[in-house]
Amino acid sequence: MRAKSASYPYLVWMVLFIVVPMALVVAFALTDRSGAFTLKNLAGVGLYSNVFLRSIWLGAIATAVSLLVGYPLAYIIAKSAGHRQGVLVMLVMLPMWMNFLLRTYAWMTLLEDSGLINRALAALGLPPAHMINTQGAVVLGMVYNYIPYMILPLYSVLTKIDPSVIEAAQDLGADAKRVFLRITLPLSMPGVISGITMVFVPAVSTFIISKMLGGGSNLLIGDLIDMQFLGSAYNPNLGSAISLVLMVLILICMGIMNQFDENGATEGGVLV
Amino acid sequence: MRALSRVYAVLVYVFLYAPIAVLILFSFNDTNVMSRSVWSGFSLRWYRQLFQDRMLLQALENTLIIAVVAAAVSTVLGTAAAIGIGAMNRWARRVVMNITNFPMVNPDIVTGVSLMLLFVAASRFLGGASLGMGSLILAHITFCLPYVILSVMPKLRQMDPNLYEAAQDLGCAPFPAFFKVVLPEIAPGVVTGMIMAFTLSIDDFVISYFTSGTTQTLPIFIYSMTRKRVSPEINALSTLLFGAVIFLLLIINFRAARETGGAAKAAKTEGGGTR
Amino acid sequence: MKKWIAAVLSAVLLAGCSPAFAAESGQAAPKDGVTLNVYNWGEYIASGSDGTMDVNAEFTKQTGIRVNYTTFEDNESMYSKLAGGGASYDVIFPSDYMVSKLIKEKLVQKLDFRNIPNYRYIDPEYRNLVYDPKNEYSVPYTWGVVGIFYNKKYVKEKVDSWKILWDRRYAGKILMFDNPRDAFGIAQEILGYSFNSTNPEEWNAAAELLEKQKPLVQAYVMDQIFNKMSSGEAWLAPYYAGDAATLVADNPNIGFAIPTKEKTNFFVDAICIPSSAKHKKEAEAYIDFLCRPEVAAANMEAVGYSTPESAARKLLPEEMREDPIIYPPKSVLKNSETFRDLPEGTGLLLDTLWAQVKMGSSGDTGTLLAVLGAFLAVYIGIVVYKKIKRKKELQ
Repeated sequence: MRAKSASYPYLVWMVLFIVVPMALVVAFALTDRSGAFTLKNLAGVGLYSNVFLRSIWLGAIATAVSLLVGYPLAYIIAKSAGHRQGVLVMLVMLPMWMNFLLRTYAWMTLLEDSGLINRALAALGLPPAHMINTQGAVVLGMVYNYIPYMILPLYSVLTKIDPSVIEAAQDLGADAKRVFLRITLPLSMPGVISGITMVFVPAVSTFIISKMLGGGSNLLIGDLIDMQFLGSAYNPNLGSAISLVLMVLILICMGIMNQFDENGATEGGVLV
Repeated sequence: MRALSRVYAVLVYVFLYAPIAVLILFSFNDTNVMSRSVWSGFSLRWYRQLFQDRMLLQALENTLIIAVVAAAVSTVLGTAAAIGIGAMNRWARRVVMNITNFPMVNPDIVTGVSLMLLFVAASRFLGGASLGMGSLILAHITFCLPYVILSVMPKLRQMDPNLYEAAQDLGCAPFPAFFKVVLPEIAPGVVTGMIMAFTLSIDDFVISYFTSGTTQTLPIFIYSMTRKRVSPEINALSTLLFGAVIFLLLIINFRAARETGGAAKAAKTEGGGTR
Repeated sequence: MKKWIAAVLSAVLLAGCSPAFAAESGQAAPKDGVTLNVYNWGEYIASGSDGTMDVNAEFTKQTGIRVNYTTFEDNESMYSKLAGGGASYDVIFPSDYMVSKLIKEKLVQKLDFRNIPNYRYIDPEYRNLVYDPKNEYSVPYTWGVVGIFYNKKYVKEKVDSWKILWDRRYAGKILMFDNPRDAFGIAQEILGYSFNSTNPEEWNAAAELLEKQKPLVQAYVMDQIFNKMSSGEAWLAPYYAGDAATLVADNPNIGFAIPTKEKTNFFVDAICIPSSAKHKKEAEAYIDFLCRPEVAAANMEAVGYSTPESAARKLLPEEMREDPIIYPPKSVLKNSETFRDLPEGTGLLLDTLWAQVKMGSSGDTGTLLAVLGAFLAVYIGIVVYKKIKRKKELQ
């Protein structure tokens, strides 16, 4: 018995549940309801280009905010005393273990016009701030849900930086800013890249956060797909075409990210 | 500078925990649904109501069954696959690994939709069987498999390949050789993969949403709760789930603490945590 | 008061009806141990909370048939799930126009009324309605009209026109239906068009009106209006009259009005059995159970909608039985129109227009291609740049 044969059951599974379903999406995207070949669905996706633009734009902002907020925290954790690091990392991860619908729902309670934040503002005598049902709220929801994906890879890269490299730089007279810009930041690039991918991909394709925090006018690609399959405008063919375009978009993004990923240091692409 | 960084860290953690604290606090709120955010006295009534909700208990049961089956099957299948893939030639391995990575790269919603199309086509073919537990389990195994494979493969690579051959040379049959020699070596990877599969399965909403048919899992139940006239029951549920998670994490943490590089692995575990 | 009535009702039910039920369904005794998949609107059955009867539990207790009860938000998503979700339900609750669509597409099957003897309680004016002319496929469950909920604290003026939902003074405090027919219906009422128009220009005009309203809308929702209205988060929301009792109980500041300056929508929600149902006999037993006046009354008391059974209406507490919101006077009903199933072309147009209203102004393929192209260009650029760099390094 060759060891290779151990993978046969999986190979069958892989074809059945990964390859065939993708082929079905392509097939649905290229046919109409009666099953005849058509390009109308793909052409129809163009009608929603503004939804794509909005999703990419909000996803990109959320990614940038996650990076700007997450990097310092990852750095602080990595520089803290050894026994504390485990606890601090665990604290970053803990919220992720709670169902993301519940976490997003919690933000509704906080952000509403009659919500807790506005109540607190009123108690302090400050004017109310309208937050819910705006693009800002959607971005906040994305950042909140996905920022751990940014912090964790950054942290694991930062801890792997050899302290003697930094010491050497300091001995050679580099100040803190220089050390950071010339040593720490470049060496942490793999973490930055995988963080960006791991936040951007789910943020672009989310379909609940926008529904819950964005009100009616901030819907994203995910909502559009949901609408075609299980929502109020049943059209699985158009839905498949939109999925296909989304998939292509994501694959291109992954391709770009992989190019930055020098010599495959982060095996598996999306994984840390 | 140190004080500043401490303040910064505290602020970020407040951001991470404020919503959860609010959820937990208001689960004890004795309100007449007037508002989600007005405190009107301590009460445990939402917990009582929660435990009387048959649909919820049913959803919880479904979720656990699916998670156990999906974790078990994907661990066995994934471990075997990792061994097999390790023995392949370079070209074949590359193709297989690219396809394996695909569900992790692909947005969840596309995976969900594609599986739904498959299951609907299959059910038409099989004479109208409804999607439900069966399709959910198949879908969950599918999205768990890559994570199992990727956590077992590094362990296999670390292992001395001669060990297995040596055992066989000494007259051990392939299967006993696997259980006696290989499995103990890769066990940490297998267990990590299994835990990942279990947690991913419990937490999954998007893929389940598209493949559930008439069955409700806990996340789907929660979703339908948020779409309705919400009662603080949902807060009570969050609190209980959060408690359960902390308990589970403590156990896992004790286990992970014994291994090196716990944090990096933990980060991996979270590769798809918010599905 | 409510609790007391519920208790009496359940007692009557337990004492009086069990033998009758056994006798009635004698000809085709439903099998024990099966589970019915019931797919209903959210908040649309007495569920046992607040001391009401738990209808599903009661049904299981009496027949041994378990109920897997799940909910949907609107007709269209129910249709999507039924048509393409691979889910086989035994009992569904579509509205009038959706019933005829489902009949046309053969997604529901004929009922065997011998197994639904309690159909006799349905009042004649709710039988053989336009959506199911020979009444072969459906049993009416509730009916009602659409009106506007408003918060009296903030909306002081008289609410008598749908146009108030376009009033800038309430920008950001207006909720809107999250389903195409109801949303377009309101626009059509204002424009004076028929809900069932087949003129594309009228539909486009309605879509334009809805897009004009969009900046003022806080959110497009269905049952979430309960929380948003009762907490004061939103001040104005069109919704179904049946929910008035519940909302006012949650927050006494909430008022309900049926616009008189334009017409309104009169709807019937019916019960059907999908063609893909696995347990037709048991499903019919369930429908029969729901038609019992005691059960219908318990349901109506809990959900607040109007019953098509006079016998059930008699069992309701007086303030509900005579409530002009729940049982509006003839003048209101006269000034109403019912949704009909749209011909295919119009239906597709509506789907597209609805997606456009919700997703924002329509874009064009060029932009999308440009975006994809830009990403691709970046990718290729990086690959080429790296190759060149590597070549240079090798030299």
